[in-house]
Amino acid sequence: MTTIPAYVGEQRVTRVRVLFSEWTKLRSLPSTVWSLLTTLVLVVGFGVVYSMVRVTRPPADPSAFDGAGVSLAGVQLAQLAIGVLGVLLMTGEYATGSIRVSLAAVPKRLDLLWGKAVTFGFTTFAVCVPAVFAAFIVGQKILAAEHLDVAIGAPGVVRAILGSALFLTVVGLLGLGLGGVLRNTAGGIAALFGLLFAPQIIVGFLPESVSDQVYKYVPAAAGQAIMFVKPDVASLSPWTGFGMFCLYTAVVLALAAWQLRRRDA
Amino acid sequence: MIEARGLTKRYGDKLAVDGLTFTVRPGVVTGFLGPNGAGKSTTMRMILGLDAPTSGSVTVNGKPYRAHTAPLHEVGALLEARSVHPGRSAYNHLLALARTSGIRRSRVDEVVEAVGLGGAARRRAGRFSLGMGQRLGIATALLGDPRTVILDEPLNGLDTEGIRWVRTLLQGLAAEGRTVFVSSHLMNEMALTAQHLIVIGRGRLIADTGMEQFVKTRGRSVVRVRTTHPDALAARLRGPDVDVSFDADETLSVSGLTTDQVGMAAGAAGITLLELTAQQASLEDAFMELTSDAVEYRTNTVGANR
Repeated sequence: MTTIPAYVGEQRVTRVRVLFSEWTKLRSLPSTVWSLLTTLVLVVGFGVVYSMVRVTRPPADPSAFDGAGVSLAGVQLAQLAIGVLGVLLMTGEYATGSIRVSLAAVPKRLDLLWGKAVTFGFTTFAVCVPAVFAAFIVGQKILAAEHLDVAIGAPGVVRAILGSALFLTVVGLLGLGLGGVLRNTAGGIAALFGLLFAPQIIVGFLPESVSDQVYKYVPAAAGQAIMFVKPDVASLSPWTGFGMFCLYTAVVLALAAWQLRRRDA
Repeated sequence: MIEARGLTKRYGDKLAVDGLTFTVRPGVVTGFLGPNGAGKSTTMRMILGLDAPTSGSVTVNGKPYRAHTAPLHEVGALLEARSVHPGRSAYNHLLALARTSGIRRSRVDEVVEAVGLGGAARRRAGRFSLGMGQRLGIATALLGDPRTVILDEPLNGLDTEGIRWVRTLLQGLAAEGRTVFVSSHLMNEMALTAQHLIVIGRGRLIADTGMEQFVKTRGRSVVRVRTTHPDALAARLRGPDVDVSFDADETLSVSGLTTDQVGMAAGAAGITLLELTAQQASLEDAFMELTSDAVEYRTNTVGANR
């Protein structure tokens, strides 16, 4: 007969331990690793391609050209990959039933959500920072051919680069929150795309005088204000806009937390 | 120790669990029986704080599950074999779980070996057979060296060797003084494993009793008798407390009489007996009799009896 040996050791659940657990979960799923790599490739790859396209068609007015923004264009695609990954991190647990094992191990449910959000947030930021810097540096080398490049020391440039990584991180957390609220992959992804793209379309139907006032508060527009060195006159200031986007995300995460506590697993 | 007091769970207008009160004691294997849809899994989820009771309460080792600071050391649970992300290896599944409670890596190796998962532990859990999934589930339950073990249908998908292994394991855990609470629909396997039984049907408690007593009081023992004149013998035996049914061509099943009584009645009537045997009621018979009114989903048998 096989016997199960006793285990001697203190086994209290702490928030730090939940972080380690979530990190183990994150790194041990091949699909997660692939999604993060995809995000990285999209940021750098699409940024490079878009820079190459723009350099062949120089603008009539170079002073209005946002060289940093062009090299960071890959963020527009990468936000989908990272947002979907965020949704999957939550809904994957519900779809597979592993949420029950997770919650049995961490009965203080908010600790689980907190652990997921912190681990995923830091991991995403850690992957995106090198990606956006690489995209910027390579992009500027390409744009330099037509003297459209900007120096990294120019005002607002570092903020735009790091801001792109921050934006991607918060999009990931938005996906995580939506996954937690809806507990269903298809629903979570639909809600994510809806939040990121639908409001600006709807605002577009409004009279111009109204839409100009409203557009800057739309989640995607607010969040991306931080990514541009030469912002639209109509948009919010970089940090205000980004703060607004964080606020939207915080509301969704709070809803997820409320659902997690209230509903049966 | 698990103590349920008036535990009730309502889904919409359906009562899944209806006022369950029972105590599961340490030191013995307690079987949890009931037909499909009786509310066994719902009850187990409420014990683990996964589903909130509509009313009533349940505690494990003296506290509501969610109040424990070291839950894996208090309760080890196997809920469903497939409560594992299919893309993750069995080893990493266990490691992630161990991390929540600061359980050392060496313990993961230990339980992996103990459940006989050894070489397969590094493979993706999605490729596991049902039996391997059950072994992983049992490893999950034993990870924290828990005082209370709760297993929902742990025998599903196991082969004979695996079933025997689980039986020995559960009895060993109980002998160490742990509380062991196991649901199963394999009645006869439960008869070999459990010493105490809690039976529910349609969410209500039907029986909470020792195994031997359960079989003795609930299962009616039957006398099988084969004779040259079944109709004549049946007519002689039938009475207010005696039930006679025709099994095969010349065989009768008699309940309510002993073999002696049947033999003497046949002798008195000059009827030749070809075979006379007492059949001890099995747990399965007792269970079927007890829950026949409480079966949620029944298969209709078509004209087999005469």
